[in-house]
Amino acid sequence: MSTFEYAPAPESRSIVDIAPSYGLFVNGEFVDGHGHSFKSISPSTEEVLAEIAEADETDVDLAVRAARRAHSRVWGRMPGKERAKYLFRIARIIQERGRELAVLESIDNGKPIKETRDVDVPIAAAHFFYYAGWADKLEYSGYGTESVGVAGQVIPWNFPLLMLSWKIAPALACGNTVVLKPAETTPLTALLFAEICQQADLPPGVVNIITGAGETGRALVSHPDVDKVAFTGSTEVGRSIARSVAGTSKRVTLELGGKAANIVFDDAPVDQAVEGIVNGIFFNQGHVCCAGSRLLVQESVADDVLDRLKRRMSTLRVGDPLDKNTDVGAINSAEQLAKIRELSAIGEDEGAERWAAPCELPEHGFWFPPTLFTGVTQAHRIAREEIFGPVLSVLTFRTPSEAIEKANNTPYGLSAGVWTDKGSRILKMAGALRAGVVWANTFNKFDPTSPFGGYKESGYGREGGRHGLAGYLKGEARR
Amino acid sequence: MTSTATPTTAAGNDWADVTASESSLRRFLHGLPGVDQVGAEQRAAGLGTRSIKTSAKAFAIDLAISMVDLTTLEGQDTRGKVRALAAKAVRPDPSDPTCPSVAALCVYPDMVATAKAALGTSGVRVASVATAFPSGRAAMDVKLADTREAVAAGADEIDMVIDRGAFLAGHYLQVFEEIAAVRAACARPDGQSAHLKVIMETGELQTYDNVRRVSWLAMMAGAHFIKTSTGKVQPAATLPVTLVMLEAVRDYREQTGRRVGVKPAGGIRSSKDAIKYLVMVNEVAGADWLVPEWFRFGASTLLNDLLMQRTRLATGRYSGPDYFTLD
Repeated sequence: MSTFEYAPAPESRSIVDIAPSYGLFVNGEFVDGHGHSFKSISPSTEEVLAEIAEADETDVDLAVRAARRAHSRVWGRMPGKERAKYLFRIARIIQERGRELAVLESIDNGKPIKETRDVDVPIAAAHFFYYAGWADKLEYSGYGTESVGVAGQVIPWNFPLLMLSWKIAPALACGNTVVLKPAETTPLTALLFAEICQQADLPPGVVNIITGAGETGRALVSHPDVDKVAFTGSTEVGRSIARSVAGTSKRVTLELGGKAANIVFDDAPVDQAVEGIVNGIFFNQGHVCCAGSRLLVQESVADDVLDRLKRRMSTLRVGDPLDKNTDVGAINSAEQLAKIRELSAIGEDEGAERWAAPCELPEHGFWFPPTLFTGVTQAHRIAREEIFGPVLSVLTFRTPSEAIEKANNTPYGLSAGVWTDKGSRILKMAGALRAGVVWANTFNKFDPTSPFGGYKESGYGREGGRHGLAGYLKGEARR
Repeated sequence: MTSTATPTTAAGNDWADVTASESSLRRFLHGLPGVDQVGAEQRAAGLGTRSIKTSAKAFAIDLAISMVDLTTLEGQDTRGKVRALAAKAVRPDPSDPTCPSVAALCVYPDMVATAKAALGTSGVRVASVATAFPSGRAAMDVKLADTREAVAAGADEIDMVIDRGAFLAGHYLQVFEEIAAVRAACARPDGQSAHLKVIMETGELQTYDNVRRVSWLAMMAGAHFIKTSTGKVQPAATLPVTLVMLEAVRDYREQTGRRVGVKPAGGIRSSKDAIKYLVMVNEVAGADWLVPEWFRFGASTLLNDLLMQRTRLATGRYSGPDYFTLD
């Protein structure tokens, strides 16, 4: 008898229409940039997808001016009830064009279609629905009703459309206008979102999308007429943004890196904990700022948990992001792959034991197998630095206080996970962990109603929920 | 596996010290790792999104057909009905000789002889429910007599029901001893033994923690198969319940080396559902459970949907229900 091999089940690409080149979206129209252009490639095949305009200082200035005009003439004055209608419309169009967005995101980012279809796109739509609901209720927010003005927003490549919606939805709901720069490796869904803004008849200038790399981002956040800077990305870039806005009246929220502890106690529901560990670090190839990249497992169950984890990792399907059965897709860029390889090599050099799930990797594109390191200690670099890839560092602990101490012993503080059957222990751990989000018996759960953000070097400010309005309303101080 | 989360006994697969007393058995069962309901249901739903197409679908459908325990458990059953179903079990699709036979025909004890005669040497096995199916509410000697009679009439497999009341009351040792006694009653004079499937009626036990405990209880007592439901209680088989059972048989084999089969029964009506179960077996217990010896579907209407999908794959067209026999 033969074996149960899943035949290829690729999602069709025919639903997306990628243009050979893209300009910038400024004042409601696609315009040519004044700078150079760059190529966006598919990380799973290295195929060139499109030429993308690189916005220079002139382009950034035009976009900020367009946003300023739209804020003072239209959007900032529009009653919240009217703004809500646009946001609801955008949310519905995201749902209607969900498959198109999901396929495009998978092609441009390399993440599996299963995730774009079931996570990125539905949650992106949910953010617009949620903040649409706030638009006419801001007087109950506790932060006043007055918008801040023009928001300069810079987002990363790991969840391109989702991070866009986290940034744009609350900004627009509060009456701000935005200039958003997507990451240079993943601009395509943001540009499709620009088209959605046109389709929704959003007034020109309310949303402007400018593409480019670090220089473009720098020009945007340091533009003198930007009132609010929102950034999600690396701690290093976050620091330089904080420096560049220091001494100005700009408001800043930063959502930066993480090295989250996923803590498994000996009374944990073990099979679900294993699922949670897998979801914590291999979801989105580990390109998740709140990834559970440090597994802290109680020593008395460590062997059992690791055996189960390795067995489970062996069933992960790595490959074509557009195949509906793919669990782990491509690493987003050659640069990121090099960084993951470098840190993994350092892990081995420092004496940790490396184990990778047996899987065949495609020939082209950027790939890294799901990997774990055992015998990791707090002193290892792979226990301290964010790898931002499918690499798990496994540490052990003996007592709850040791778990708390190790979990908190990091410059970061974005998220943490606790696995135990004991409710009282969950509450105690949640209080003791210095992390913005603590998940109990689950991991990587996102909801627009729940605030998200970090402690320490993981940044400041919250996105999502009522708290997510604070950065976009002037009455921030009144809580 | 060095199992710390799952207590072991020094004697390996000899559970004598675990089952020595009510309290030691309780300690063992309550020491099994818990099941988080949300997580288990999420995992089951996640596996349900696998996309099984073309050659994989064809393979899965034939495999599912070969795993069906074609079942008739009605008060209105007659010998004629059982004979008709036996013919269907051997050749589910009379127009296509490449269509596999089902695994077994599942009937009440008084129909075993008829089923056995009708199936002859076809290789399709006869399964009989026993032990005062479906409620299990009868005296122990009645249950054992019920079992012996079915075995004597030629049943290859016995599907017993456990005393759910005793389990819920915490009388684990009583349930254990009942299963062990029925297992002994499955013995045939030739030294062989009918295979014992233990129906746990998970719809009445309700929690996943209970499902995990009763699975271990049944396996320790000697079950060859653990089975979800009688089909007479709702909910019957569900994906998350089957997930927990598959985890149990997987862990049991890791620990003892002995393999136990799994049979979801009741409520599985479409090919799409059946394929979800096969995906789950494949990814949770492992590919070596994907044979009729170790995985079964207890079903009656499922078979025709499988046949319809099979014909659709072969011809590219859907045909009407009248092209498949109703038995």
